[in-house]
Amino acid sequence: MSRITLTGVSRSFGQVQVLHDIDLDIRDGELVVFVGPSGCGKSTLLRLIAGLDRPTKGTIAINDEDVTRVAAADRGLAMVFQSYALYPHMSVRQNLAFGLENARMPRAEIDQRIAEAARMLEIAPYLDRRPGQLSGGQRQRVAIGRAIVRNPTAFLLDEPLSNLDAELRISTRAELAALHERLSATMIYVTHDQTEAMTLADRIVVLRAGRIEQVGTPLELYNRPANLFVAGFIGAPRMNFLPAEIGGTKDGRTRLDLEGAGSLEVEAVAASPGDEVTLGLRPHQLRLVDGGEGMAAEVSLVEALGSETVVHTRMEGGESLLAVLSGQHQVEAGETVRFSLDSTDLHLFDSDGVRLQPAAN
Amino acid sequence: MSRVSSFLLRRRGGTRWDWTDVFTWFWLIGGFILMFGPAAWLVNSSFKTPAALAEFPPTLLPYVTELVQVDGYDNALPLYEVTDENGDARVLAEVRRIGIVAQMVDPANPQEIIKVSIQDRTPRRTVSFATENYVEPLVANDFLRYLWNSVFVTVMATIITLLTNSMAAFALSKYQFRGRSTVMMLIVATLMVPLSVIIVPLYSVISAMGLFNSLWGVILPTVATPTGVFMLRQYMLTIPDELIDAARMDKASEWQIYWRIVLPLTAPALAVLAIFSVVWRWNDFLWPLIVLSRRELYTLQVGLNTYAGELNVQWHFILAMTVVTMIPVVLVFIFLQRFITTGIAGAGLK
Amino acid sequence: MTAQANTSIARRAGAIIMAPVALLARAFDPPLRMLQKFGGTNVMAAFFLAPNMLIFGVFVLFPLAVNIAYSMTGGNALFLTNREFVGLDQYERLFDCGNYLDRQTCREDLFWTAVWNTSSFVVLQVSLMVGVALVTALVLNRDLKARSFWRAVFFFPVLLSPVVVGLIWRWILQRQGLLNFGLYELGFEPVNWLVERNWAFAAAVGVSVWAHVGFYALILLAGLQAIPKELYEAAEMDGTKPGRVFWRITLPLLMPNLLVVLVLTLIRAVQIFDEVYVLTGGGPGTSTLFLTQYIYEVGFASHLRNPGLASAASILMGLVLIVLTLFQLGIVRRNDRRGGK
Repeated sequence: MSRITLTGVSRSFGQVQVLHDIDLDIRDGELVVFVGPSGCGKSTLLRLIAGLDRPTKGTIAINDEDVTRVAAADRGLAMVFQSYALYPHMSVRQNLAFGLENARMPRAEIDQRIAEAARMLEIAPYLDRRPGQLSGGQRQRVAIGRAIVRNPTAFLLDEPLSNLDAELRISTRAELAALHERLSATMIYVTHDQTEAMTLADRIVVLRAGRIEQVGTPLELYNRPANLFVAGFIGAPRMNFLPAEIGGTKDGRTRLDLEGAGSLEVEAVAASPGDEVTLGLRPHQLRLVDGGEGMAAEVSLVEALGSETVVHTRMEGGESLLAVLSGQHQVEAGETVRFSLDSTDLHLFDSDGVRLQPAAN
Repeated sequence: MSRVSSFLLRRRGGTRWDWTDVFTWFWLIGGFILMFGPAAWLVNSSFKTPAALAEFPPTLLPYVTELVQVDGYDNALPLYEVTDENGDARVLAEVRRIGIVAQMVDPANPQEIIKVSIQDRTPRRTVSFATENYVEPLVANDFLRYLWNSVFVTVMATIITLLTNSMAAFALSKYQFRGRSTVMMLIVATLMVPLSVIIVPLYSVISAMGLFNSLWGVILPTVATPTGVFMLRQYMLTIPDELIDAARMDKASEWQIYWRIVLPLTAPALAVLAIFSVVWRWNDFLWPLIVLSRRELYTLQVGLNTYAGELNVQWHFILAMTVVTMIPVVLVFIFLQRFITTGIAGAGLK
Repeated sequence: MTAQANTSIARRAGAIIMAPVALLARAFDPPLRMLQKFGGTNVMAAFFLAPNMLIFGVFVLFPLAVNIAYSMTGGNALFLTNREFVGLDQYERLFDCGNYLDRQTCREDLFWTAVWNTSSFVVLQVSLMVGVALVTALVLNRDLKARSFWRAVFFFPVLLSPVVVGLIWRWILQRQGLLNFGLYELGFEPVNWLVERNWAFAAAVGVSVWAHVGFYALILLAGLQAIPKELYEAAEMDGTKPGRVFWRITLPLLMPNLLVVLVLTLIRAVQIFDEVYVLTGGGPGTSTLFLTQYIYEVGFASHLRNPGLASAASILMGLVLIVLTLFQLGIVRRNDRRGGK
């Protein structure tokens, strides 16, 4: 019903190229999240899809129909803006009706659609108020309502939760997920918050500096990040990175030498001895061990959260290492602790930051 | 009462009267008299008859000599208070005056003529507002016509100003196009080009277009005010672009975006411009003076000036018509003064 | 409650008044949609810009450009194409003087009289205006109750039309007017204000200050109120004397506004016309004849008519104004830069 295909899309503003050759295929009914740090081009990409901006190169197709030169109004998409962009001089009802009136829809149908959307989003009580008289959360619902009444082929959402407080953000996030379930419409969602991306997305597109770093389901991205950037961006708290050197491969195992922290063996990877690599460890993978084994680190700060304990440490080489230990532990700052780790879910990246593939044989 | 006095005697901080306090009140009260006094005196004078206007010293209130109808006389006769030889006060009507002797009659007894020395009588006067000062020029002379011309010029010029300026400001604030900064430069550069620098060629342009002796010739050169475009553009820049994107997604045409989104949101700035435009166009003098040479096309300002320039200056009419000319501006002042003063303080324009 | 009711009534009234206009605007939509469809957004930008720029071009830019050509022609013909080219003759005529120190020896002695009068007027009026505006602003900036009322008092004459201003004062300054009555009451000889040369000139200066001082006081007041209160409090903590506070804090911080006011009054004073024309008609004799009136009379009054000469004079005046305007833009830009930091 609504498939959006980008082929070789680039966009420059003067000398500055903000998007480089983006190829992307968004399937019908899918909720795709564009995520990345600010300035990565995710909002520009959304505006190109919306038709509010034109690519310098490449094509955009909706249902295999080239819409690159089609005006925003004629693409059949609806957008929810970061600032909501509700018309401040119109009542909520007029805000919802404006787009439908422009499409010359009969009055009765407009009313019916508004009533339906109002019921679904529970905004019926304040249909006759103006946006200025509503709370942030209510405005947000109206902004979504304005998109829903249009019955669009796809929804474009530009950081729709960023202006809400933390608590409201979580509940609205759940509602958005439920809404997507119910409407089963294609949605493109832009955010800089990886948690939002993880919880909402069918697929995540990680962008950096105008390029796609990786596309995949949230768990694919979490379990097999394609590069250092994705590894660092996805997952909270952030992954620990430690410099290491390939020692050698024997019997399907590769030995890694950690600077000042001994060595460990992992499944064989395609790398030659002496290569500088980066080892990625999720904070949850670390466990405390007694005795002389494991990696030694000095505790600098302990955050006891009750259900888990977050331990900030510094290793001998000076690298900081963060561990999230489940349950409560008697650890104090200044103490030296030792960690063991599960060698099955380690991430290794080469000196260019690209994930090392398992050895060929 | 004590509140009034404590208000009036309010001083800076301490309890001692500083010289600056004295000066402040001198300046404020002096300013009050100087700023409002002349206009108040004008209004006051405009209700006096020509005879009362010619009096020196002038009176505060508009007095007229009372008249009375006496049997046997066709015209109404002026009443005087007369002190007779017995020292009694009587009220008599004057029939005629010969030298220093006035022939008078008692209105109750019109047959008997009484001779009175003019030193012994004073006119009996009552306060009366000479509203004919207003009615006559408006009805008999052309002033109603002038009034209409002024209203027409002011309203039309203001409407066109608001429309064209806001359209241009919209284009200059919400579109990216080549030459935009050139256009802005042109507008800023001409912010200060006064009419007097271009009147001669402008006159030939107006004549070439057949607009000489036409109210449109007065209106058109004034409407493309750079000040208005500049002010509206500054305001429109504060309207978020996302709102316009939202409207585009809502299938609004560019015209609809201008008309239904941007214009309503610019209402405060439009109101300020409208007020300015009304005051400017109502007060315009030099250009209408040049373009309009037929009496029936005069605006109030030109008409007033022409009347005041005649050899036999009829002050009673002129004063009254000056008041009429002043009324719209005074209304603007009373109701919108705060609006304007904050607007000027903010934008620094006039 | 009532305020809300009022605004809703006003809104409804507004909606009723606007209904036909809204209908008209809607009628415009379909053709403009077509234009947008075929022309794209840039054409729409041009469409929005067109009416204003057309009027602006025809009635401001074109005359401005043509004025230079106009000043190089002679004769009485109206249209440039019918006029005879005379080169710089008109300028030569303006500057043709036997002795530059004596304007009587100039061919266009009226022009030099106007220049002389305007210069003296500018010097007197601008210094008086800035002085009075500054004092008024300082007074209004004090801790007054009902400041907006007092501000309005001084602002009132600003809105009056020049014709009204001229007539109000003509009425007061006439031989048997209020002012002479006041003098008579105080035991002075009445003065024939508008008939004696120096008094008429003084009246022109005084009346124009009266009419506009409120506007400049307002700009200066805004400048004064933008000075942070903490500075005064700090000065008070340091035991600074009030006079010193004024010279060392108030005046330097007000300087940008003061400069703007100075240049604005200069620009306006150079163009002085309307209210003085109504007040004195340029008289007695030529004692209040100013440049704009000279241009007007040479350009349009039938007995002296010489449009080319008027045009040349207006260009000379324009040059003075351009210099002043550039000066003002420079000040504003410098202020903006300072404000930005």
